Amino acid sequence: MIWNEAKECMSRDEIEALQSARLVKVVNRVYHNVEYYRKKMQAVGLEPGDIKGIEDLDKLPYTTYADLRDTYPFGLAAVPRSEMVRVHASSGTTGKPKIAVYTRRDIDIWAECVARCLSMAGITRDDIIQIGYGYGLFTGGLGAHYGAEYLGALVLPMSTGNTQKLIDMMIDCDVTAIACTPSYLLHVAEDLEKAGLIDKIKLKTAICGAEPWTDEMRDQMEARLHIKAHDIYGLTEMMGPGVACDCEFHKGLHIWEDHFLPEIIDPATLKQLPKGSDGELVITNLSKEGMPLIRYRTKDLTSIEYDKCECGRTMARIQRFKGRSDDMLIIRGVNVFPSQVEAALLTVEGTTPHYMLVVDRVDNTDTLEVQVEVAENVFTDEIKSLEKLSKAVHDKLKMAIGLNAKVKLVEPNGLEHFDGKSKHVTDKRKLYQ
Amino acid sequence: MFVKQLSVFLENTEGRLDEVLKILAQGGIDLLSASLADTMEYGVLRLISKEPEKAKQILKDAGFAARIDDVIAVVVPDAVGSLAKVIGMINAADINISYIYGLSLDGEGAPIAIKTNDNERAEKLINAAGVKTLGMEDLQ
Repeated sequence: MIWNEAKECMSRDEIEALQSARLVKVVNRVYHNVEYYRKKMQAVGLEPGDIKGIEDLDKLPYTTYADLRDTYPFGLAAVPRSEMVRVHASSGTTGKPKIAVYTRRDIDIWAECVARCLSMAGITRDDIIQIGYGYGLFTGGLGAHYGAEYLGALVLPMSTGNTQKLIDMMIDCDVTAIACTPSYLLHVAEDLEKAGLIDKIKLKTAICGAEPWTDEMRDQMEARLHIKAHDIYGLTEMMGPGVACDCEFHKGLHIWEDHFLPEIIDPATLKQLPKGSDGELVITNLSKEGMPLIRYRTKDLTSIEYDKCECGRTMARIQRFKGRSDDMLIIRGVNVFPSQVEAALLTVEGTTPHYMLVVDRVDNTDTLEVQVEVAENVFTDEIKSLEKLSKAVHDKLKMAIGLNAKVKLVEPNGLEHFDGKSKHVTDKRKLYQ
Repeated sequence: MFVKQLSVFLENTEGRLDEVLKILAQGGIDLLSASLADTMEYGVLRLISKEPEKAKQILKDAGFAARIDDVIAVVVPDAVGSLAKVIGMINAADINISYIYGLSLDGEGAPIAIKTNDNERAEKLINAAGVKTLGMEDLQ
């Protein structure tokens, strides 16, 4: 079902006219309200009047994670403190998180974007939906929650961490829809199968996101749980989940172009590429008030299709993600940068530079193993000291990235070393096809 | 008067123990005693030999993490409660025992290796109670 036909099915001309009008407005807003943006524009000799429409988009400077870091926490906010009603955050490459600021209107628009996605997945006000994302600074839980309430569905705010309770209530409350990470849903499927409870559930739809997943995973969850599964995309910097979603034809993720202006650039030359090209996805917030970002580099590699979809929607479709142009890993839905891990290990004497991160997916759950070489300077004859070392590494990582890593002590020179620069990450998952 | 113990870090993988022992044998090291403290993932092999420094160098050259520590080699008399008496003395003096293991050395009594957080004091207490300890020169 199409939630907002007037917007979701606009003609290309209408979309572009709306985008142009909103781009001009948002550029004016950031120029006048955000000193950082004003200086950035002035540095390249731009004034708001130079931007007359989306055809001028490529004149604007990019926004990157470094800009968020340099202005942390509120340096990119475009409204006074009294207009802000919420903050969300996700992890950054260093200790400081990437922050997003919302006004009341931003929260409402976010809810509508999520409602459009849920509706696209066939979820209605008659559905009972469990939100299996973490509630907190992470956008997943509250983002999906507000969207589902806006839609009018009955919401069970499960959050994460208690699969048994999720399964019990799924059965007891006749839950028909779920929002969670795809790997978690497969984990739930496995528990349901083990307990022989598959035919006790009423689940029809899953809307999964926060990490990349494959068609194979979709086939698996659809076959095992007898449901339809949809992919929802988003990022904290732009808003959260609900930036884009795939319809029943699964021809890419419809991006809400009335709020988000997508483009594809070459991450090497930083030039905007023609429509249909493969490259890095860059998004501009068209309607956000709290902290609108101009030409934010998502680092996600993909392409965009603009033809009308069989579902009737005209909103462009982000194609399958082909990887990232940086080294960010998404582990159990959590963004992890190898540099964060390195910084954490630096606080445990003797563990750097000889370490290796091994990311894998075992029984549909992401695993993170940190292998640390036991060099002569950290080796002791006492097991308890070695266990202490393991625990120190585990605890520091938990603090830095919020994940429980398995720490494995290995013999010296047991890890691959490359000339000059060592390789510190091995990702065994096949997330990108 | 302590015995020099060589310890080696080993990953808990098939054939690793075999490999390290072969390397030492090829280097002409005569092992007098061996003990392996193991966990799920790794182990610490503790070895007593007459030439610990040479053995350490051989292992280092082969890429292993190895080190030498002093342990007390206590000759526990052949009588009921002898070991309990030795451990009791150390414990009563508030000295922490890191680990103990049996040594397979020839001679009288039951030789035991003990590593504590204060080997000097522990050995004095043991000797004062009339129990013999061994040094490197006693190894044959």
